Amino acid sequence: MYVAVKGGERAIENAHRLLANVRRGDQSVPEISLDQISEQLGLAVDRVMSEGSLYDRELAALAIKQARGDLIEAIFLVRAFRATLPRFGASEPVETGAMRVRRRVSSTFKDIPGGQILGPTFDYTHRLLDPSLAQGFVPETPATAEASTVPTPRVTDILGRDGLIESSPQAEEGASVGDLTREPLNFPADRDLRLQNLARGDEGFLLAMGYSTQRGYGRNHPFAGEIRFGEVEVEFSAEDVGFAVPLGSIELTECQMVNQFKGSATEAPCFTRGYGLAFGQSERKTMSMALVDRALRARELGEEALAPAQDEEFVMSHSDNVQATGFVEHLKLPHYVDFQSELGLLRKLRKEFTEANAPGVMKEAAE
Amino acid sequence: MTQNNNQQAQRQAAMAVLAHAEAGEIAARLRALALPAHQDLRAPENGLVMLRGRVGGDGAPFNLGEATVSRAAVRLASGEVGFGYTLGRDGEKARLIALCDALVQSRDFGGAVERDVIGPLREQLMIRRKHAAAETAATKVDFYTMVRGEG
Repeated sequence: MYVAVKGGERAIENAHRLLANVRRGDQSVPEISLDQISEQLGLAVDRVMSEGSLYDRELAALAIKQARGDLIEAIFLVRAFRATLPRFGASEPVETGAMRVRRRVSSTFKDIPGGQILGPTFDYTHRLLDPSLAQGFVPETPATAEASTVPTPRVTDILGRDGLIESSPQAEEGASVGDLTREPLNFPADRDLRLQNLARGDEGFLLAMGYSTQRGYGRNHPFAGEIRFGEVEVEFSAEDVGFAVPLGSIELTECQMVNQFKGSATEAPCFTRGYGLAFGQSERKTMSMALVDRALRARELGEEALAPAQDEEFVMSHSDNVQATGFVEHLKLPHYVDFQSELGLLRKLRKEFTEANAPGVMKEAAE
Repeated sequence: MTQNNNQQAQRQAAMAVLAHAEAGEIAARLRALALPAHQDLRAPENGLVMLRGRVGGDGAPFNLGEATVSRAAVRLASGEVGFGYTLGRDGEKARLIALCDALVQSRDFGGAVERDVIGPLREQLMIRRKHAAAETAATKVDFYTMVRGEG
């Protein structure tokens, strides 16, 4: 055993040296910088920040570089890093209604105050590969126009004024905010924990779950009431300072799904809601999150919960790609002893089988 | 009390500008001042702040994810204590913000730091924001213009 361990150490060291070399690739090709990743692969950085659950563009870019572009590996690296720093506290909740909007669209109302603002989007592109991007591409200067001073209220706030949509649940006096990085997850989980789980959940998983609700597995008739992306200010009530300290701004995407009605003998029918919020420009993520958030409210809204997307234990236990990849990928680590015992058991079973089925001459298979 | 509130609003407004500037820009502006003696009360330290959102944008708070934050505290020889907090891991920037926060509170330097450091940085920030807003505004859909153009 001792010899095997030593051999393993040398092999591991050399494998990591080889990895470092392969990561760098052909050294006649210029090395990629963190600024290049942050500026030119910005949506990959946004995803790593969201699912890594850490807003820091530079660290996310470093993680992407170190992971050779494997985003789940990068998310893993970022999660591990955050465990090395102390937590100063929690911010004041961000005010998305005061967002400096870079993009804001509604599929429910054409004429919303502040207007439909497309911003930087892949929507309406033809999805044809563009050979001019292959090398030396210099984009045109963006067009400019007089910026409007009209505020851009959330679409759900406009609907809410007429009572057409349910209002957001308010916190109970003195209620603490659940934090699944601090306390183990118990079911049933409240909406704060569900949203935290979905916000750091795997985009692909949430996309598939959200898609399944559209295809009939927990149908809830969604409309994209509003999707907005832009900058919001962050404030932190620092005890030593004695007031809310501005920390700077972050980019966020918010999605408000508007879904079909609920009502009762005592309450007039109104639209229901699903909510999505994520770091950076993460539209697919927030739309999927909002669909799943709404599906997970089945019990609260008195709906039959039969579909996977309505099962909070199923969704919340499988949404985290770091946990998922850890358990799936651990299968490739040495299981020699486990396997040896399985092998021993199998040989015993086969021997018994042979003996039971060969009433004539006993002839054991060579081992 | 009102004076206290005024000073607090002034300090917050200064921090809101400084948090958006680069350490190098703040340092370059500070060079215009003959700085008073000062010392680190708390050396720059990196940590995390849990960022919170609200259910539906306006409901009960929930934990969205963390952000890196750097913080520091500086004391002027005259006694004013300044605090610096900023997103990111730039300890030097946190220290410079703390220094500016101390100067803002100082009777002798409050005017100068506003005039030579915070004012110009605020102006730069407003220009950047205005430019971004103008680019964004050009992507606003104008349904009516389209109809008129066809007619």
